[in-house]
Amino acid sequence: MKIRCIVNGKQTDLETAPDRRVVDLLREDLGLCGTKEACGSGECGACTILVDGESRLSCLMIAAQLEGKEIVTIEGFSKEHLHPIQEAFIVHGAVQCGFCTPGMVLAAADLLKRNPAPDRHEIRRAISGNLCRCTGYQKIVDAIESLARVEEESDE
Amino acid sequence: MKKLHDAHGATGIPDEKGEGHFHTKSDLPVPVGSDLFRADAYGKVTGRERYAADEYPAGLVYAGVVRSPHPHARILAIDTTGALACPGVIAVLTGGDIRGTNRTGLPEMDQPVLADTKVRFTGDPVVLVVAEDRELLRQAMAAVKVTYEPLPAVFDPDSALAKGAPVLHENRKEGNLLFSGVIAKGDADFAFSECAAVREGIFSLPRQEHAYLETETGVAKVDGDGVLEMIVSTQSPFRDSREIAAALGIPPEKVRVIAPYLGGAFGGKDGITVQGHLGLAALHSGGRPVKIWNSREESFVSSTKRHPGRVSLKLGCTKDGTLHALSCRLIFDTGAYAGLGGPVAVYGMGHAAGVYRVAHSRVEGMNVYTNNPPSGAFRGFGIPQVIAALEQVVDMLAESIGMDPLEFRLKNAIRVGDETGLGIRMSNSADIVTCLEKARDHPLWTGRDEWIRQAPDYKRRGVGIATGVLGIGYGPVIPDIASAKLELLTDGRFRIYAGVADMGQGNNSANIHIAGDVLCQSPDRFELVQPDTFRCLNSSSSAASRTTYSYGNALILAAGVLKERILDKVAQLHPLFRRENLILVPGAVRHTPDGSDIALHTIAEAMQEADRVATATWTAPVNRQQLAVAPDVKMYGFPHLAYTFTTHLTRVEIDEITGAVAVDAYLAWTDAGRIMNPHVYEQQIQGGVIQGMGYALWEDFRVTEGAVVTKNLSTYILPTSMDVPDILSVPVETYEESGPFGMKGVGEIGIVAALPCIANAVAGAIGFRVCDAPLTPERILTALRRAA
Ligand code: FES
Ligand code: FES
Repeated sequence: MKIRCIVNGKQTDLETAPDRRVVDLLREDLGLCGTKEACGSGECGACTILVDGESRLSCLMIAAQLEGKEIVTIEGFSKEHLHPIQEAFIVHGAVQCGFCTPGMVLAAADLLKRNPAPDRHEIRRAISGNLCRCTGYQKIVDAIESLARVEEESDE
Repeated sequence: MKKLHDAHGATGIPDEKGEGHFHTKSDLPVPVGSDLFRADAYGKVTGRERYAADEYPAGLVYAGVVRSPHPHARILAIDTTGALACPGVIAVLTGGDIRGTNRTGLPEMDQPVLADTKVRFTGDPVVLVVAEDRELLRQAMAAVKVTYEPLPAVFDPDSALAKGAPVLHENRKEGNLLFSGVIAKGDADFAFSECAAVREGIFSLPRQEHAYLETETGVAKVDGDGVLEMIVSTQSPFRDSREIAAALGIPPEKVRVIAPYLGGAFGGKDGITVQGHLGLAALHSGGRPVKIWNSREESFVSSTKRHPGRVSLKLGCTKDGTLHALSCRLIFDTGAYAGLGGPVAVYGMGHAAGVYRVAHSRVEGMNVYTNNPPSGAFRGFGIPQVIAALEQVVDMLAESIGMDPLEFRLKNAIRVGDETGLGIRMSNSADIVTCLEKARDHPLWTGRDEWIRQAPDYKRRGVGIATGVLGIGYGPVIPDIASAKLELLTDGRFRIYAGVADMGQGNNSANIHIAGDVLCQSPDRFELVQPDTFRCLNSSSSAASRTTYSYGNALILAAGVLKERILDKVAQLHPLFRRENLILVPGAVRHTPDGSDIALHTIAEAMQEADRVATATWTAPVNRQQLAVAPDVKMYGFPHLAYTFTTHLTRVEIDEITGAVAVDAYLAWTDAGRIMNPHVYEQQIQGGVIQGMGYALWEDFRVTEGAVVTKNLSTYILPTSMDVPDILSVPVETYEESGPFGMKGVGEIGIVAALPCIANAVAGAIGFRVCDAPLTPERILTALRRAA
């Protein structure tokens, strides 16, 4: 089936089986391997992408659901410069093995869009669907919180 | 917030494809001891980093393993005709197709790549299928027919050791006993009769699944020169290449293993996972690249776990609270294959006296084959199991003699120069005393009674402490050797050829920190080559808290050699410059009297290629103390020379209705030598503690009659961001003479004391000790009922 969608800002025509998993389509057909797979069943968040600005699990989506949508993967998340969330992840040491990182960054983007000034508890709740086996989450929360403060300041 | 440009560090490291350049505004070197952003972080936050899982070369085919449905069975027949007739099938292979030894494993080579005569666990690999794509692979695998004759099986060490028990490996004269050994000092039996108080506990420790996010994976192909090349998620590329060669019957020089950054490992990729299958598949796929990427379920079924086991520990002290006698008996279940079972048992035994002086001790350890899934290395390597028992009995004993548990620990804690409870002379850095003193003076400890009293209705509160210790490196016999390789490139930058895989702990970023410090260069002047058995030098596995400790030492030497060569070259090129007036500065060599700089690239261009590459080998010093233990106990790693130490403190609140334990606060004081990179040090402590918290409270990996029941992440409960508190990690710095820049490895110590710390808090809260971990709500509720 033919699917028209926007992938990382580019109008894209895909020719694929309608039930092809989006995570496979991204990784194997489009070479966008920044989207990770760690469970394949909606339990870990590693495959998180943004669909029309909201975080979605690409291992649970099929190609047909992309018709007319705008998709952002980690590769398209930053343009010329790092996105502030990515920068914060580096500065706050939120990255170890990094396999959860793309999903975490996009989950954080989704949160900050909905709630520009989340507290630590809200951050923890927002990323609770994204498993990280390395960091213990603390530095990920630190990274996201650092951006929340910036928002607060600019609001004043 | 810190901004990238005003911090020391950098956001990325160019790989050889030139991606991920640094964004430092500063050309200054970042001295060891201050924060340096990890070199790998840029590639990882942008999704550009290529893990083994991300390899999809052109012409790719897929391989999969048909596994045994029986825990123990003889293979009567394998019928591959149906599978071979399936569309898109490239090869269907059995043990009979393997030309080599068909065995992997270290130190015991007992694990077949594909089972030849019988299977020993539910999940044992039997047939390997290669097909055009994953769907065709699935169909072909379903068409493989294997006829089994089920054999009697054993599922716990006690029955495996019973007389007449079915034997897993018939060629072993010890039957199912993989390893047994003793470490003793003085006369423990008699010493207990001299004690004023004696307490004893029997603790059951669960399997723990590593649950790294990147499941076992790799791609392999045979190239035009007949070289089997593999990109694989592994902690041990050099050892793998030798094992693959022997198992598959190909010359070692024809096997190339490349280990990119791993998506986590924690010990679970220390040795062969998919490598044997990948290699075999590649040998039969007509030169096309082959990929294996385990599903989460297959990972859970086939991968090793932390050894489950039982630790019986008895401890006695005199009237004044001096520890006097210790006896410990540990029995681990190594599953169907040995893996690192012998060393894991010895590491556990070798830490059974924890951080204490004890006059008399006797520690017996056993590791036993069963028809369960294989156990293996997992962060802590046998030590968390033993410390779990010891630290709980220490609390029990303190209570018996009416001493404060912290003062009791302080009284018996070793100082530098002391002899430990197992007779090890603490010759190197050791500061558990300061860790304990800081905990003693912390408001969470001094104010604990008040906090406990304020427990809301239907809640119980408890505050616990525990200490931990972990020896770094391989021990006294197996040489812990690292060989560093460093190149000055013709553009004046440097390339480090990493010899140890980076599974996420950041050791290869640390290489840049170390070499940058020695050579006085900023981080953006370095690039990294991840371990590649054809380009880098064998520096052994990413394990035993040795990665930076060992490779870092070798790298200091190599950088020193290269520095001398660079300065020599300048002295040679400029006869008027005195050699002693030359120093390295960022990007150049400076002639100090007149401040003139000669750019590194000009020097590099003048140097012979061979001179631009410096290599150096470092061998870790070992503990030369002669302790009376059997040769295998020594070989498997007793005693160590340098140790890391920790004291943990936690507050927990228990819900009387649900039995759930909430960890309210958690602190860790740690002596891991000098700190090289503060935030990376914290990463290891935080990550280790949280993994330990999962081990203590939630991670319940179930195996019934040898079959894995816990097959996914919705039944195997990993800590989520909602389950865990922030950890306060306080370093207690020492200077370790043998470590690079005074450091000791910090990768594992964080996990060691978490379980007993939480268990002690829980026992205090409910007035009853739950000896079976994890401390699930059901177990807590049962204990609450019993306590009532
Ligand atoms: S891979 Fe999609 S949620 Fe785990
Ligand atoms: S950094 Fe490894 S899983 Fe999160």
